[in-house]
Amino acid sequence: MLKQIEGSHGVSEAVALCRPEVICAYPITPQTHIVEDLGALVKSGKLENCEYINVESEFAALSVGIGSSAAGARTYTATASQGMLFMAEAVYNASGLGLPIVMTVGNRSIGAPINIWNDQSDSMSMRDAGWIQLFVEDNQQAVDIHIQAFKIAEALSLPVMVCMDGFILTHAIEGIDVPDQKQVDKFLPSFTPRQILDPENPISIGAMVGPEAFTEVRYLAHQKQKEALKLIPKINEEFKQIFGRDSGGLISTFNVEDADTVIVTLGSVIGTIQEALDEQDENIGALTIRSFRPFPLEAIRSALKNVKRVVVFEKCFAVGIGGIVANNVRMALSGTNIEVYEVIGGLGGRPITRKSLHKLFKDAVKDNLETVTFLDLKKDVVERELKREKELLQSGSVAENVLRDVGVVNAAKTT
Amino acid sequence: MSHQQVKFYQTGTLTVGNRLLDAAQRTVQATIDRSNSLDSGHRACQGCGEALGARYAIDTAMRETNNKVIAANATGCLEVFTTPYPETSWTLPWIHSLFGNAPAIGTGIAAAMKVKGREDVRVIAQGGDGGTTDIGFGCLSGMFERNDDVLYICYDNQGYMNTGVQRSSATPGGARTATTMPVGPEPGAEFDKGKNVPLIAMAHEIPYVATASIDRLHDLEAKVKKAMSVRGARYLQIFVPCPLGWGSAPAQTVNLARLAVESGIWPLFEGEYGEITSVTNIRKQVPVEEYLKPQRRFAHVVKNPKQLSAVQAIADRNIRKFSLLEEQE
Amino acid sequence: MFQVRIHGRGGQGVVSAAEILSVAAFIEGKHSQAVPSFGSERMGAPVVSFCRIDDKPIRLREPIMEPDALIVQDPTLFNAIDVFAGLSKNGYLLINSQRSIKELGIANAIKLPEDKVRLVPATEIALQHIKRPLPNAVLLGALAALTGVIQIDSVAEAIASKFPGKIGDVNIQAAKAAYELLSHNNQEELTC
Repeated sequence: MLKQIEGSHGVSEAVALCRPEVICAYPITPQTHIVEDLGALVKSGKLENCEYINVESEFAALSVGIGSSAAGARTYTATASQGMLFMAEAVYNASGLGLPIVMTVGNRSIGAPINIWNDQSDSMSMRDAGWIQLFVEDNQQAVDIHIQAFKIAEALSLPVMVCMDGFILTHAIEGIDVPDQKQVDKFLPSFTPRQILDPENPISIGAMVGPEAFTEVRYLAHQKQKEALKLIPKINEEFKQIFGRDSGGLISTFNVEDADTVIVTLGSVIGTIQEALDEQDENIGALTIRSFRPFPLEAIRSALKNVKRVVVFEKCFAVGIGGIVANNVRMALSGTNIEVYEVIGGLGGRPITRKSLHKLFKDAVKDNLETVTFLDLKKDVVERELKREKELLQSGSVAENVLRDVGVVNAAKTT
Repeated sequence: MSHQQVKFYQTGTLTVGNRLLDAAQRTVQATIDRSNSLDSGHRACQGCGEALGARYAIDTAMRETNNKVIAANATGCLEVFTTPYPETSWTLPWIHSLFGNAPAIGTGIAAAMKVKGREDVRVIAQGGDGGTTDIGFGCLSGMFERNDDVLYICYDNQGYMNTGVQRSSATPGGARTATTMPVGPEPGAEFDKGKNVPLIAMAHEIPYVATASIDRLHDLEAKVKKAMSVRGARYLQIFVPCPLGWGSAPAQTVNLARLAVESGIWPLFEGEYGEITSVTNIRKQVPVEEYLKPQRRFAHVVKNPKQLSAVQAIADRNIRKFSLLEEQE
Repeated sequence: MFQVRIHGRGGQGVVSAAEILSVAAFIEGKHSQAVPSFGSERMGAPVVSFCRIDDKPIRLREPIMEPDALIVQDPTLFNAIDVFAGLSKNGYLLINSQRSIKELGIANAIKLPEDKVRLVPATEIALQHIKRPLPNAVLLGALAALTGVIQIDSVAEAIASKFPGKIGDVNIQAAKAAYELLSHNNQEELTC
């Protein structure tokens, strides 16, 4: 049914349709509306046969999820930003134990400095943990991919995180076609765990593995993600059959067939990028990565093979080296002569505008870009801070100095 | 007390015999059909108090539930010596997740059992003092305040033994550990620090809290039995000497546990919903020195009158606080 | 695409306004997107929300830089932030105030034809119907009259769906009162 609702609300409805048995989450901006909605659905009885647990931290949230999933219950949680890091140990544990937990990540930056707005640092911080990481472009996909996520997770016995841009998607109200229970039941069968804690058939889960076997166990985890490269498009096809929408798969492309330049990105920014591309007439296309882990090396390589240059636009970066997504894309394009530019933008919620994108496109087609560009960087502010640091040993907190400089904090410096 | 109190007056050996009791009063371990949930073949040290305590506790829980228990174990000695890859000595469903989350894992398992209509299956979460009083403390408190239907058992050997004997917040004043070495007149572990988790559990007003010791196994089993007879959050802390970490002889493990109780160092009590419901009296108070002497971790204390009296003061305070010397009817 | 930017202070229902407007458009079978912009969420702090309405799916997600209609729920904001930034030359301006443009001291900041600018005593109308100084629904009624981008009946239905019961009813009354007021004014001008 088509509804005009907040992204978070769509997600909670989608999760409820998947008949979760245990929901356990700790609130953190911008995911709060999702967990509040689910709590209300359970309390009202609209979501039956579901235990909803309020816990004391994100570490507890995912740990409770590990316990319930290992005991055979379909399990869901959600987090963002700092919460992701607080549960980091459990994130690795869940994938290491092969538990098909589904988790929403309301993408938000990570401090210090503390910042509540959108970027993708949180998901990126766990990119090596062995979870499947799917990124959605809009709220329709957010709804659809959560439904696909449970199926993917349970087919592989691997946890899946569904990443959606915080505020931009979680708090945006737009038209979403929310599937009905019949369709979802047709698509998603009840959970049959690969392993289960059961007094009838006792097993020990989580034993130590020594040097003689650890490598093989880890290699098999790698193989499983590679298996996911085939499974994710397959499940997307099955989804399309029942629901009529292509919401998932590994990548999606926009005018790449004859393009010389392709912008590669993830998440909601693709909407603004497509608008901007339609407003100009250079031969530029775009590619959205929907599955970030497993990383679709082949699909990306194949889509970009005739291209001259690629601009990877990402809302995260690896401090001290450059783009994270960009370097994964470089792997996909290794051996080719395709130039890869790294553009880092949208950090901490900085808006990405068509105006800035147009300038970026113009520079890109002329190869007038540095290897790494921080979009809309206030160079003068940066210069002034660097100068301050050179001149004063006790130059003060960088964050506070910059805030003063851009006028957010008005008080005059007392020293 | 719900079981027959047996007072042993023995000369010679320190055994606690079952043959003086009628069959119904014997320990679960005395029966041939015990579940052996912690089966033989594990790699615990000779004289490990934790292995003894765990075996008694879990088998009792299994008997009380018709063999329907799922256990969640924190990282630590118990987890390591029971699951030496590729073997396991657990014959019940068992999961080890992380060091600090055993209580939360228990919560999750209990939730799954509830939603699946299998509340006949009971949950035990367990760990050492490190995983309980320190790194798992947040999760433990959370499990308590939600009154989740989990029995948490802490096997307290007063230090991080698995990683080489480091100080935990359960390490008593004066004890030598790798991170609290006594130097000159300075004690090992400092006095006036540490956490009393059984009392903290009491402050959460959960349905059942008890302390136990492996020197009196009938009492331990009775407490586990009592715990399994109620629902909601329950906490049991069992005193388990560690010969390796304490520098004591393996054959002294049970005796040291007894001396800890009889000196007042380790008060035995039960509580329900925040109020103490029973206390085990000390027949004859033993001076702490007798308890400390067989442990090399207290060698420094025994030689230092100031530290020795500090330890004695702790024991005396416990006796006063819990009324351990007063006669019970 | 028609882009509306709404300015106000925390507690004045700025975010709800954008949502209700988007639902009104949805009711008419259009595509719409409402997004709050997140500054500090304290009561009294400046808040901005955005609503886009279009006949085709909306892909754009940047903040609304060039609004086709600007709603100012709190005139004290003129001194605090550049409310008019990017306002299209053919745009509409709706201000919650009993005073005139000149009296508000913003005559020089606005370069719009007179028929595109309306000052509505929204707080007073709200107090009259809702008994609370919440001008958001009122201003949406006024927006319907001023721009015709959505119908007043759609606004009413949208309000009812978000605020069922008596609260919805009184807000609808207030919105309709503003709609009538502006329609009446429009009529008068036409006959002048």
